[in-house]
Amino acid sequence: MTAAVSIIDVVKNFGALQALAGVSLEIDKGEFFGLLGPNGAGKTTLISALAGLVRADSGRLSVLGHDVVRDYRQARRLLGVVPQEIVFDPFFSVRETLRIQSGYFGLRHNDDWIDEILENLDLAGKADVNMRRLSGGMKRRVLVAQALVHKPPVIVLDEPTAGVDVELRQGLWQFVRRLNNEGHTIILTTHYLEEAEALCGRIALMKQGRIIALDSTANLMAAHPGGTLEDVFVRTMNQ
Amino acid sequence: MIGFWTLFYKELLRFWKVAFQTVGAPVLTALLYLLIFGHVLDEHVVVHGVRYTSFLIPGLVMMQVLQNAFANSSSSLIQAKITGSIVFVLLPPIPYGAFFTAYVLASVARGLMVGVGVLLATLWFADLQVAAPLWVLAFAVLGGAILGALGMIAGLWSEKFDQLAAFQNFLIMPLTMLSGVFYSIHSLPAFWQRVSHYNPVFFMIDGFRYGFFGVSDVAPEVSLAVVVACFAAVSLLTLGLLKRGWKLRA
Repeated sequence: MTAAVSIIDVVKNFGALQALAGVSLEIDKGEFFGLLGPNGAGKTTLISALAGLVRADSGRLSVLGHDVVRDYRQARRLLGVVPQEIVFDPFFSVRETLRIQSGYFGLRHNDDWIDEILENLDLAGKADVNMRRLSGGMKRRVLVAQALVHKPPVIVLDEPTAGVDVELRQGLWQFVRRLNNEGHTIILTTHYLEEAEALCGRIALMKQGRIIALDSTANLMAAHPGGTLEDVFVRTMNQ
Repeated sequence: MIGFWTLFYKELLRFWKVAFQTVGAPVLTALLYLLIFGHVLDEHVVVHGVRYTSFLIPGLVMMQVLQNAFANSSSSLIQAKITGSIVFVLLPPIPYGAFFTAYVLASVARGLMVGVGVLLATLWFADLQVAAPLWVLAFAVLGGAILGALGMIAGLWSEKFDQLAAFQNFLIMPLTMLSGVFYSIHSLPAFWQRVSHYNPVFFMIDGFRYGFFGVSDVAPEVSLAVVVACFAAVSLLTLGLLKRGWKLRA
């Protein structure tokens, strides 16, 4: 069976800094996968390489069997990425932003799905509001909506709940869980380890550009009886 | 193709939403140039057999077409890069050729819109005939496309607004101001006439002006050949940079 994401021996250097030191990883279709690690571990670089924002020095990455360099158009169609930074185009309203993003992926007349996303992310009341007028948490929800406009089978969420209040966070996870149950593969990076523990079936821990632990959440927890994922994280990072 | 049309539409919408600044302001600037220079020189200077105000108008129109085409693509890219919103066009499967064409066509559209605005605003001040409208259109579109592509290079290269301002103030502005907008190069000393022939913007202005008066400093066919060659060279360079993801994809 073709993996949702295949990463083979990927190396990326930024000058003297080795951001990825030969990372290999396979994520199956339908998984809810956690990619965890401290700041600077290489998580965002790995996601960026998968999304084509960063070009790996060596190694191969593919999305549902499509190489992200050679077959980049198909690979990008299958991938939705929520970037870590809150970014927005200040010229447009929420609905215009989502229509434009749909168009970039070749979709016209996507308003039914856009309305559904807006409803699920509690943004329906802000559809015609300019992006500049939204709070930080709402802007982040629009970023999530932008990543979902083309119904990608593989969704990458790079710290999607940073700065989002508890109620909205719960709404977001409910929606993402639903997408996962419908067959979407979810890849999550977060510093909220309790969220990863509750949501992810499998977790990779990264440190200094390498994967230092990779197992199901249950197995990782079993190795440290009675502890939380945070305990597992701290012990693994200190080994 | 939907990706290309969407990006083109987005770029149109981007400048149209602030049309007061992106279209209205350059029209006012050109009008002020005309009022000042026309008032001072109209009764004293005749160029190519026409009064100075009439001579000046096509130059001002083309200058604004070029400067605004440059401003459109360069400001769009630098803003997107600095705010980070460039990821929205880098994540989707938009081919680099579509990326280039959308930005350049939107630049041409803004340039033409400003050019038509300047023309309409200045027509009250002079009796202007159009001898060869196709030449007018050809030079306006090609000139806007060249500056739109140059704007893309500047936007890609710049990492800060002051770098873009340097590109604009120390390259684009001198090239357009010293291109014969305000004078015929025959009024220059021989040395500076020769120097002008190394400025591609001179050929854009001169060819554009030929479309109005049917006379020019150099044959319009020569100007067209220079402009087409410049467009091909700048386009190839820009496409090459986009294909490599230069300063876009780390």
